[in-house]
Amino acid sequence: MKIRFILTFSTETTNLPIINNLIKEHDISVNIIKADISSGEKGTAFIEMNGKESELNLALEFLKKNKVEYQSVDKYIHLNEDECIHCGACTAVCFAGALEMKGNKLQFETEKCIVCELCVDACPFGLFEIHFG
Amino acid sequence: MKKTVEEINEKIRNGSAVILTAEEVSQMSEKNSPEEIFKKVDVVTTGTFGAMCSSGAFVNFGHADPPIRMEKVKLNNVPVSAGLAAVDVFIGASEEAENNYKYGGAHVIESLIKGEDVKLEASAKGTDCYPRKEIRTTINKNNVNEMYLYNPRNAYQNYPSAVNTSDKLIYTYMGNLLPQMGNVNYSTSGELSPLLNDPELRTIGIGTKVFLCGAQGFVSWHGTQFDTSVEKNSKGIPIKNSRTLALIGDMKKMDPKFIKAAYFHKYGVSIFIGVGIPIPILDVDIAKFVSIKNRDIETIVADYGTDGHPEIARTNYQELQSGSIMLNNKKIRTAPLSSISKARIIAEKLKEQIRDGSFVITKPVQNLPNNTSLNNLEIRGDE
Repeated sequence: MKIRFILTFSTETTNLPIINNLIKEHDISVNIIKADISSGEKGTAFIEMNGKESELNLALEFLKKNKVEYQSVDKYIHLNEDECIHCGACTAVCFAGALEMKGNKLQFETEKCIVCELCVDACPFGLFEIHFG
Repeated sequence: MKKTVEEINEKIRNGSAVILTAEEVSQMSEKNSPEEIFKKVDVVTTGTFGAMCSSGAFVNFGHADPPIRMEKVKLNNVPVSAGLAAVDVFIGASEEAENNYKYGGAHVIESLIKGEDVKLEASAKGTDCYPRKEIRTTINKNNVNEMYLYNPRNAYQNYPSAVNTSDKLIYTYMGNLLPQMGNVNYSTSGELSPLLNDPELRTIGIGTKVFLCGAQGFVSWHGTQFDTSVEKNSKGIPIKNSRTLALIGDMKKMDPKFIKAAYFHKYGVSIFIGVGIPIPILDVDIAKFVSIKNRDIETIVADYGTDGHPEIARTNYQELQSGSIMLNNKKIRTAPLSSISKARIIAEKLKEQIRDGSFVITKPVQNLPNNTSLNNLEIRGDE
């Protein structure tokens, strides 16, 4: 199974090779989607873990033991396409490249979306909603 | 070599007129000279669908019994300007509702066009001829006398693109601008844009009939902040915001597909207006102007992260529409704010309407000014 988490590293943990050990010690694959971690500062990482449920549970135990906070991301962005006028304002803030203009039409590739939520405020018509579950 | 508006209208009537959209004629100009375009094409249709804050609407509600001389008026909780006769108001598009800053005059205007009921609340001191002091009711497009859009400034001729060199994300009417030049936003439909196809307004003036939000509207005046003093590029196109139009049109005949209320985060309410203007190809000069392509239309890149929004670079609409531009050796993503796909639909629709005879080309009653510049607001003390 595949699950996405936002990890929060305290100032004490940013110096440790936690993600390295997470992969080494568990039978899972880890895809770092976005990360902002600097030594001596509070850091965050958005990761996707893929593996058996039992292994994933052990991985979460490991994170807990190493004082890394984690929050599961089971939310996604929904676009009300019927109301969209294809102005493109949302593409300005979409770093993941999920929202792009193709032939002057907005294209939303949901699988690229990292749920950063910047598009929610960028749409002048409020057409992006955060859905859970 | 000249054609008149009357000759063109006659060709439209007898079915021999050639009508193209501004994009089609730009493509044609890759292989045809302006002389050839003048001979082959009679009318070029343009379109734009972008945010135009300086918009609004006049409404006359009709009189109640006993009547009221309305002084303070709200529509769906949005204060409207009632400093007019008893039951006339002006809805300013960017006026915000009490208790809901994301809803405003623009939304009221859109609701009225859709035919929805809108809550009216008004109060007055009461006079001998207008004794009523309060009224609460609902209005809609069928029970008001008149409702017409009157937009003091629409269809800006070009507009600077926006970037932000500061370290903070900023929220503007040009959209959300990411720090350290994270994006460049622009808001013009380029080669489809009405006033970029007739940069000196040789065919557009007072009385010109236009497509306005699905209805037929008119140019009523030059728009506010009308500026003919802006620097032009080698093609004769102003390189930043210059001319504008004041437009008027019957809201009862408008189509909600071509008008849309908007809220820009941490900026406020605005409204997207669909405008299309036909340009009769009266001579070779006009044929040359409508031949312009996105690469010929330049605009400045203004830094919204610095006071005064100084120009930091120049670009053109071909680059902007490509998805990224180079600034200081950095590739920066670009994003449009006005809908090119809607602009294209408007130009196509206008083409059909002209062809089927429902939209007749007009000659301006009077030209717009050709020698204007803008004043700044000075802060003057009263010492």
